[in-house]
Amino acid sequence: MMETPAILLSCVAGLLATAAVAVAAGRSAAATRVVYCATLAISLLILGTVARHLLADASAISRLVLPVGLPWLGAHFRLDALSAFFLVVVNLGAAGASLYGLGYGRHETAPHRILPFLPAFLAGMNLVVLADDAFTFLLSWEFMSLASWALVLAHHRAEDNQRAGYVYLVMASFGTLTLLLAFGLMSGAEGGYAFDAIRAAGHPPLLAALVLGLMLAGAGSKAGLVPLHVWLPLAHPAAPSHVSALMSGVMTKVAVYAFIRVAFDLLGAPAWWMGMVVLVLGGLTATVGILHAMMEKDLKRLLAYSSIENIGVIFVGLGLALAFHANAMEQPAALALTAALFHVLNHSFFKSLLFFGAGAVLTATGERDMEKLGGLIHRMPFTSAVFLVGCVAISALPPFNGFVSEWLAFQAILQSPQLPQWGLKIIVPAVGGLLALSAALAAACFVKAYGVTFLGRPRGDAAADATEVDRYSRAAMAILALFCLLAGVLPGRVIDGLAPVTQTLLSARMPAQAEVGWQSIVPIAAAHSSYNGLLVFTFIAVSAALAAFAVHHLASRRVRRAPAWGCGFPATPAVTQYTASSFAQPIRRVFGAMVFRARETVDMPEPGSMRPARFTLRLRDLAWDGIYAPIAAGVGLAATRLNVLQFLTIRRYLTLVFLALVSLLLVLAIWS
Amino acid sequence: MPNFVIDIAHMLAGGLVLLSFMMLYQDRLYALINVFALHALVLTLSVAWQAYIQNAPHLYVTAAIALVFKTIVIPVALHKIIRRLGIHRDLETALGIGPTMLAGMALVALSMVLMLRVTPEADPLAREDLAFSLSVVLLGLLTMVTRRNAVSQVIGFMSLENGLVLAAAGAKGMPLVVEISVAFSILIAFIVIGVFLFRIRERFDTVDVSALDQFRGERR
Repeated sequence: MMETPAILLSCVAGLLATAAVAVAAGRSAAATRVVYCATLAISLLILGTVARHLLADASAISRLVLPVGLPWLGAHFRLDALSAFFLVVVNLGAAGASLYGLGYGRHETAPHRILPFLPAFLAGMNLVVLADDAFTFLLSWEFMSLASWALVLAHHRAEDNQRAGYVYLVMASFGTLTLLLAFGLMSGAEGGYAFDAIRAAGHPPLLAALVLGLMLAGAGSKAGLVPLHVWLPLAHPAAPSHVSALMSGVMTKVAVYAFIRVAFDLLGAPAWWMGMVVLVLGGLTATVGILHAMMEKDLKRLLAYSSIENIGVIFVGLGLALAFHANAMEQPAALALTAALFHVLNHSFFKSLLFFGAGAVLTATGERDMEKLGGLIHRMPFTSAVFLVGCVAISALPPFNGFVSEWLAFQAILQSPQLPQWGLKIIVPAVGGLLALSAALAAACFVKAYGVTFLGRPRGDAAADATEVDRYSRAAMAILALFCLLAGVLPGRVIDGLAPVTQTLLSARMPAQAEVGWQSIVPIAAAHSSYNGLLVFTFIAVSAALAAFAVHHLASRRVRRAPAWGCGFPATPAVTQYTASSFAQPIRRVFGAMVFRARETVDMPEPGSMRPARFTLRLRDLAWDGIYAPIAAGVGLAATRLNVLQFLTIRRYLTLVFLALVSLLLVLAIWS
Repeated sequence: MPNFVIDIAHMLAGGLVLLSFMMLYQDRLYALINVFALHALVLTLSVAWQAYIQNAPHLYVTAAIALVFKTIVIPVALHKIIRRLGIHRDLETALGIGPTMLAGMALVALSMVLMLRVTPEADPLAREDLAFSLSVVLLGLLTMVTRRNAVSQVIGFMSLENGLVLAAAGAKGMPLVVEISVAFSILIAFIVIGVFLFRIRERFDTVDVSALDQFRGERR
């Protein structure tokens, strides 16, 4: 029987082969079906292989070295508990997206621009998670970035997509550069780039700090950490919806994997302030992300901004885990890390679900702007129901999964008074406050998203004529909704499943939840706090059923028809309904001036004039103005100046070479 | 090793540096080619002397290559080319003679300081030889940089290569294959550049490389 990594790599090879087939036959009619079936089957096969590995011995490590790549290095691959968990996340998302693509892909106008890159993208993500040396890791990382870049530019005629593709490419290269530097700094004795050699080499504190900063820039920019998040809400929505789901739900998680692998595994023991940096960044990311999402009226962009918020939540968990780990408080560290990883899993479920829902809305109406939608609950009842599940889950409401992971994160925050450093004692509750704020804003944001899109009356013909989507898309959404419910109702299983990961990284684990009765979960000890998702779910289900029964059977069954109260306007057109912008207005008033530099201008007609009044709203992204724009301007200036070098005479070029040589020799003469 | 053996090796290598300086201030093409031929001759002597004192017969082959190709074939070929093309025989320098000489002296000083400092443990013969050959290489580059004429750039390039051969001969145990391949690559480069010279001449009626720049539509 083959070794597990060998099977996994064969699966990756299968994905690449699928990509090659798609290049050759991308334009044929059957290609869509064949490619998505293939990716679905391969993702399920990888899931099965990983499941077998985990069931046999979850903390087992199996390796494989292939004689490809750099001649003295080879390509190292390794499957341990952490990579197995992320393989599950990646391939669950991939399987969902493939199933969804079977239906969604039929409406695609340019399938030959998507089909070759999707399997390649999946292969890249799987390889990043499996890689066990810096070279393979960076190569796979860049492969993943480029494949997803091609997918962002699938519909390259649109002006917005071109800009998104450009910004994404720049940020992806920047991220890879910082990762390259980080791995270069970490290299073990005699330039050992295998992760084992890096692990074995000790890292002095200054170097560890540098590496952490570079990782936060590199992995953080891919994940969407503020202030490097600007590309994300441009690029993720530009891709087709199932690819958006993969990028938002899965690729950001691969970035989280990279960060965990380096910060917890390769870098050795952390310093306490590292946790503080990660915590603060996470808290800021969560708040800024959800505030932007709140202001957004494009459904897919809203989802992309909300991904930034969730990444913030995950990084808060990771920062806490680092802080506890640095103080040798392994039990709370395991709790915080479990919360972060649980949220990784949850976010991949509900963000994929929500992007699928947005894709379904886009297919049915051709519209992403929420202010032109409305009333879809009557035309697309199934999509509405599953989208509601996603919204409730992402708003961290019980009994769904989002609640459990955020609750665990708060439980970890409550452990912070035991930390010895005063800095952490003060910062952690503040970050907890930010987290609570962002959780509340997330709920408001998704009330807005759901209410404006699905409730009320249609704001246009497109929304009025919508029809329900095909059965593959519905199946994919239903399965993910079911996962959201299952992970929320039976969280103990997931927590126990994560125990081998925390065991290998922190040599500690949360209390075994299987021993706790009635599917309750206990973060520290039963005396402190516990949560029972099953009980909450049963209570909600029973009370809702009772209420429905009471309403339908005990109340008067006589049908009355009466005019609805219309605020004094009897025949209101649909455009006078509450819109996304009006829903966000109170929150914009509170935070807008500070976070967005919001400028509202009202242009009132003079008395007697018949023209309509105009209200314009301008929002600015401070990260764009403060960081991206100056850097872009600086690079542009330098490029213009250096452009002269392109038009020198031959003799001048020779002179340049000569001067370079002489100055190098001078440096050598002075320094040696 | 008797002192005078080293002295002769140094004298020949120093002569090479001196001839490089001579190349710097030539403003006639024929004179430049003649100096180059002399340069190659001194190189031949130097390599032959190295072969003698190191007891390395294969170095005689290198010396023979230098004598046949660099001292005779290439200068004669260059003379012919100049006559056939009717090239202007005076050279336009980009930098005045005085500053060029000063720059050359600075380069020699630099290579001396550098080589003496980075190779304290090396054999004194090889050490000084390396310093001289680095000077020759740098002076060759300087010759290429300060001339606007394509033929003089070719000659600068080949005098640079002479410096490389000097270094290779001075270092003991350099395999013959390396030297021969260097020699042949230079020959090939000479042929390629010669062909280009003809082409440039056909098209622009001059071998002043600034004509190329004008053709590209650039200012000087």
